[in-house]
Amino acid sequence: MTTRIVELRRGILKKNDELAAGLRTSYSAAGVLVLNLVSSPGTGKTAFLEITLRELKARGARVAALVGDLETDNDARRLAASGAPVRQINTHGICHLDAEMIGKHLDGWEGVALGALDYLFIENVGNLVCPSSYDLGEAIRVALLSVTEGEDKPLKYPTLFNSADAAVITKLDIAGPCGFDRELALHNINEIRPGIRIFETSAKTGAGMEEWLAYLAAERASRNA
Amino acid sequence: MHELSIIASIVDTVTESVAAYPGARVVEVRLRVGALASVIEDSLQFCYGIATDGTPLAGSKLVVKILPVVMHCEPCAADVELEGLQSFRCPRCGEPCSDLRQGRELEIEAIEIDEVEEAV
Repeated sequence: MTTRIVELRRGILKKNDELAAGLRTSYSAAGVLVLNLVSSPGTGKTAFLEITLRELKARGARVAALVGDLETDNDARRLAASGAPVRQINTHGICHLDAEMIGKHLDGWEGVALGALDYLFIENVGNLVCPSSYDLGEAIRVALLSVTEGEDKPLKYPTLFNSADAAVITKLDIAGPCGFDRELALHNINEIRPGIRIFETSAKTGAGMEEWLAYLAAERASRNA
Repeated sequence: MHELSIIASIVDTVTESVAAYPGARVVEVRLRVGALASVIEDSLQFCYGIATDGTPLAGSKLVVKILPVVMHCEPCAADVELEGLQSFRCPRCGEPCSDLRQGRELEIEAIEIDEVEEAV
């Protein structure tokens, strides 16, 4: 009997990373800006996406959304009211979306071609842990935090907030009754992801949406330049 | 809690790799896991025993090496190691850092196998 060490040096999520790299290439060739929205359940991803889709459409942008949940197509039906093409991904128990699910749902999505889109939003499964490990080929990962959740959420879930490219604070309209400490929340986000762009929004009142939409347009323009 | 799918991926990769060594027994599987990889060692170990049963990895040991977060601090012109995950600032000068150099790894570094001596 001889003992041998076999060096593998192989990424455990290599398959996902390779699929994500392929998606990223096709998004970029199509000139579509892809965003991956991540937060805990109940932060208001769907409400934020509803107003985002509606406002972008009103400005003439071509938008679509993929939405992940364990079960039901409730969110897809809500988002479809914006008039944008929306496709539900049911993960049936899996706690995150992966690149393979995205690829499968983009293929054969009737009436939707990447090349005919300006923006594609992916609403991830509500979870602040696992989605941080799975690259979906997105250009921008957006971490959302609502005023009801506690200002220390970024400190509790640093792996996700550190992997984000932009942060969105939601439900600003009820910040007062919730005793939301704005300065502390901004400080904590910055401790985990220094220099990140932060948007303070309310899907109810539309607060912060102008800045958010301007950011999207600028990001899209700079990437397609 | 995606540790089970991570272990399933490890089982696939290692099974594929040991196929090149007929009759070999897997003794140890060594992982490198960054502190920002969102993976808990206890959960990995728990899933490992269950998911390796009936595979060439059955009975082997899972060794997890946790890698601390390393950032590049521009003012210090140096790579610095963070002590925890509560503040992404340079521990030397206190400036915020966003240039991550280590911490998201999730890989199989190596496997240790026992090979059967070939009969002469």
